[in-house]
Amino acid sequence: MIDFEPGEEQALIIETVHAFAENEIRPVCREADEAGEPPASVVEAAHELGLVANSLPEAHGGGGERSAITGVLIAEELAWGDMAIALAVLSPGLLGYPVADFGSDSLQSEILPGLMGDSFVPGSLAMVEPRFDFDVLRPQTTAKKDGSEFLLDGVKCQVPWLEGLRHVVVIAADDEGLAAFVLPCGIEGLSTEAELKMGLIGLPTVELTLSSVRVDASARLSASDADIRRMIDRGRIALAAAGVGTARASFEVSRDYAKERETFGQPIATRQAIAFKLADMAIEIDGARLLVWEAAAALDRGEDAARLARLAYDQTMRVALTVTDGAVQVYGGHGYIREYLPELHLRNVAGFASFETLTLL
Amino acid sequence: MTIDFELSEGSKLAQAHYHEVALQHMRPVSRKYDLAEHQLPTEWVDYWWNEGRFAFQDKMAPTDGFVTICLQAEELCWGDAGLYLRMPTPALGGSAVSAAGTAEQRKQFMSAFREEGGHPIWGAMAITEPQAGSDAAAIETTADFDAETEEWILNGTKIFCTAGEGASTADGGFIVVWATIDKSAGRGGIKSFVVMANTEGMELIGCEKKLGIRASDTATLRFDNCRVPKENLLGSAEVRKKDPSKTGDKGFKGAMATFDASRPIVAAMATGVGRAALDFLKEELERQGVEIRYDAPPRELTAIERDVIEMEAELQAARLLTWRAAWMMNAGKRNNLEASMAKAKAGLAVTKITQKTVQILGPVGYSKKLLVEKWMRDAKINDIYEGTQQINQLIVARRILDYPSAMLR
Repeated sequence: MIDFEPGEEQALIIETVHAFAENEIRPVCREADEAGEPPASVVEAAHELGLVANSLPEAHGGGGERSAITGVLIAEELAWGDMAIALAVLSPGLLGYPVADFGSDSLQSEILPGLMGDSFVPGSLAMVEPRFDFDVLRPQTTAKKDGSEFLLDGVKCQVPWLEGLRHVVVIAADDEGLAAFVLPCGIEGLSTEAELKMGLIGLPTVELTLSSVRVDASARLSASDADIRRMIDRGRIALAAAGVGTARASFEVSRDYAKERETFGQPIATRQAIAFKLADMAIEIDGARLLVWEAAAALDRGEDAARLARLAYDQTMRVALTVTDGAVQVYGGHGYIREYLPELHLRNVAGFASFETLTLL
Repeated sequence: MTIDFELSEGSKLAQAHYHEVALQHMRPVSRKYDLAEHQLPTEWVDYWWNEGRFAFQDKMAPTDGFVTICLQAEELCWGDAGLYLRMPTPALGGSAVSAAGTAEQRKQFMSAFREEGGHPIWGAMAITEPQAGSDAAAIETTADFDAETEEWILNGTKIFCTAGEGASTADGGFIVVWATIDKSAGRGGIKSFVVMANTEGMELIGCEKKLGIRASDTATLRFDNCRVPKENLLGSAEVRKKDPSKTGDKGFKGAMATFDASRPIVAAMATGVGRAALDFLKEELERQGVEIRYDAPPRELTAIERDVIEMEAELQAARLLTWRAAWMMNAGKRNNLEASMAKAKAGLAVTKITQKTVQILGPVGYSKKLLVEKWMRDAKINDIYEGTQQINQLIVARRILDYPSAMLR
């Protein structure tokens, strides 16, 4: 039965995460952007909320309550605070969810408890490759079977690389199509180079080079080509939710600014040129959010969500860019100044065309 | 209570039922009544009056309330938006009576629409005047009370009255007419009155020739000392000089509340027309061997694939905003903001979708051999009536900024 109201438990989670985003994340978002990493205190505090742990299997100490809908609600609220910090805070899921879904028992025992320990341990997933014509379904990174081992070669980019990272999931093409491998960060042949990028600076990322990286077959997750496609859907939906959160933040600050800033003796919000722009932002954000929710609901029902994920992701990409650009415009000259949030929001969402799986559900 | 996008069983049945109705009773005569403007579409009207309005009643599985009504509107407007507007139903007149009338008034004016047999009748609402459209508070039609006969006397001219021909001439139907009982009071003086069909003093001047929805009778009506009993006033006769939106006045506010109920339906109607075009486009592309690849990287997609995927996202965003506004009515929540959001989004989205479909299909889309060109003409009205795009932006803007109307005009 059609219903647009979060359940009681979900409402409580939204309230908690929103308060966290407002009190802990938003105040340090500029600091993280300038420093190139999130303050350790924020990721530790977020870790204590157990947002990822709650979704990991009970057998390894998690809450066992994985829900895509809850996941997108959380992602939106965190990214309302700051998208870079949100992705950092949720990064354990990049490792934890694939391992929980497709890892052997021993791999799960090796990795999952570490993600739910006393202090924050990040995760990472290497999907994107540094080419303009990168096709997420046909990576050029290869995994060649060699006896009981695999040899991995290729270059990945936009790989989250937070302090304390121990393992990274690498997506490569092998004989069976898409395949996922869990690699220790220090494995021989793996090298990284810190990336400088326009936005999401608070989420440190690297270009990751794999030169004849030799791993045991047990490092390959049991995920099939189809499973990894579904993983990509989950990434797109999660990221779209974060995009909605950032767009919403940009809308809110520009709305408030428009009510204060005066031209010709009146707040600019009383002018239709500004007011209608804000109205359109509000409408488009709500529309995008509902597409995200619908796609997440399809995931929770176990349905193929590829088309809905595509629609939600593309729509959010358009909406987030239009809204954050509009917010800069509403602020006028001040929108261009790094003291105010809209320019940060604009930079953070401008890379949506390539983000793909910077976070998972 | 939790977020859920699965339609209830009754909704699915309704969707399937009205899709069949659209296929069997609307599409076959869609072009006929686009060409035969102002001619009564008897096949459709008779079907609806004799069978259609009763056909779904025995399938009473649990529905999604107003969302299900939106599904009906979407399916039937997928069939033909002009014919949908020509259905013999209480339509907007009924929404007004439901929103602002008493239980007795609802029974008095609406029961004829449920009785079997007889002849088709229509309900309608008359607001717009030659000099007052979006600015509904500027209407000049007057209503004066004759204390001796206890009647209201209406004088003025109304235009753009949808279903106005049927509602003014088929006995048993009615038109809800907006008029002021005190011009000095502005919005506070505006009330709505039920005028039964063929009431003396109400004259049908004619119907508009339009860009689209040509099967719909868009009437001009003149009221010349048209007398209606005092019981036909919806809401109270009291004039509030202060901002009526801040008082319990059911007059203007009640009349405006009609829009909160009707805008989601109009948004659903829009979605239906947009989907008609998009469905056809995708079928035609498939026939031509063009596949839409949802999983291809954006830079590999053709321009047509990109357009189609964007159109689908836009249409679905409009549909979901519509369902949300309708769902809020089920839950008894105030949906003024959300209704305007849905209407603004849907009106513009389907205007663009249908125009893009014509463009993509080229000469095929432009030709009257198909219905695509008609859908483009039909779609445009959705961004105009029941509050233009700009009026709905204004409503949304006032709400998000928390501004009274005086702050933002």
